[in-house]
Amino acid sequence: MDFAPLLGKANFWAYFFIMLTGLYGMAVKRNLVKKIIGLGIFQTAIMLFYVSIGSKEGATIPILTAADAAGRGGIDAAAYINPLPHVLMLTAIVVSVATLGVALALTLRLWRRYGTLEEDEILARLRGDPGGEACTPRS
Amino acid sequence: MIQEINAAILLLLMVCAVAALQVRDLMGAAILFGAYSFLMCLQWVSLGAVDVGFTEATIGAGVSSALFFAAIFRTTRRTKD
Repeated sequence: MDFAPLLGKANFWAYFFIMLTGLYGMAVKRNLVKKIIGLGIFQTAIMLFYVSIGSKEGATIPILTAADAAGRGGIDAAAYINPLPHVLMLTAIVVSVATLGVALALTLRLWRRYGTLEEDEILARLRGDPGGEACTPRS
Repeated sequence: MIQEINAAILLLLMVCAVAALQVRDLMGAAILFGAYSFLMCLQWVSLGAVDVGFTEATIGAGVSSALFFAAIFRTTRRTKD
């Protein structure tokens, strides 16, 4: 069996899997730090998708090189990887570290107030049940 | 050749992503998330996005891990899931 077409799309298969893993982490995990890790995984999956769109088989890094005497080199737009998704994802990385910092600061604040990082215990405390048994039972 | 390396990095990426969410120790989860970020940086370089690659290496694997460590040292390593 020829696996070449499947391998060529490997980035997109991995993108699906990693994005859904991040979504699972954000939605199902009850620990706040685990949720933040899931958020980071989700963000990187989106970046993987965008950069994979811009990549091209056999193309080079988009850097301007000097043309030689025969006129080869120089600007050759067809041989370049599309740099526009790279620039967009550069911004996304900076935004991701900013959201990470804010999320961890909020987590520290919740820890100082409630003494726990588990979301269900914090919710139970908010509802005025110190035992923490009012929430749904853990599987 | 580059495609095999690409596939190996993607496989390790998926393993690291699942392990970072499943391990029952927050410090281990933060370290696995740093490894995940570094593998993602290798993936950027293999895709030809070198600028994204070094930004991910410094910010994703460096600063994010440091922020996670600082937060975990100030709180707790224990987690229920």
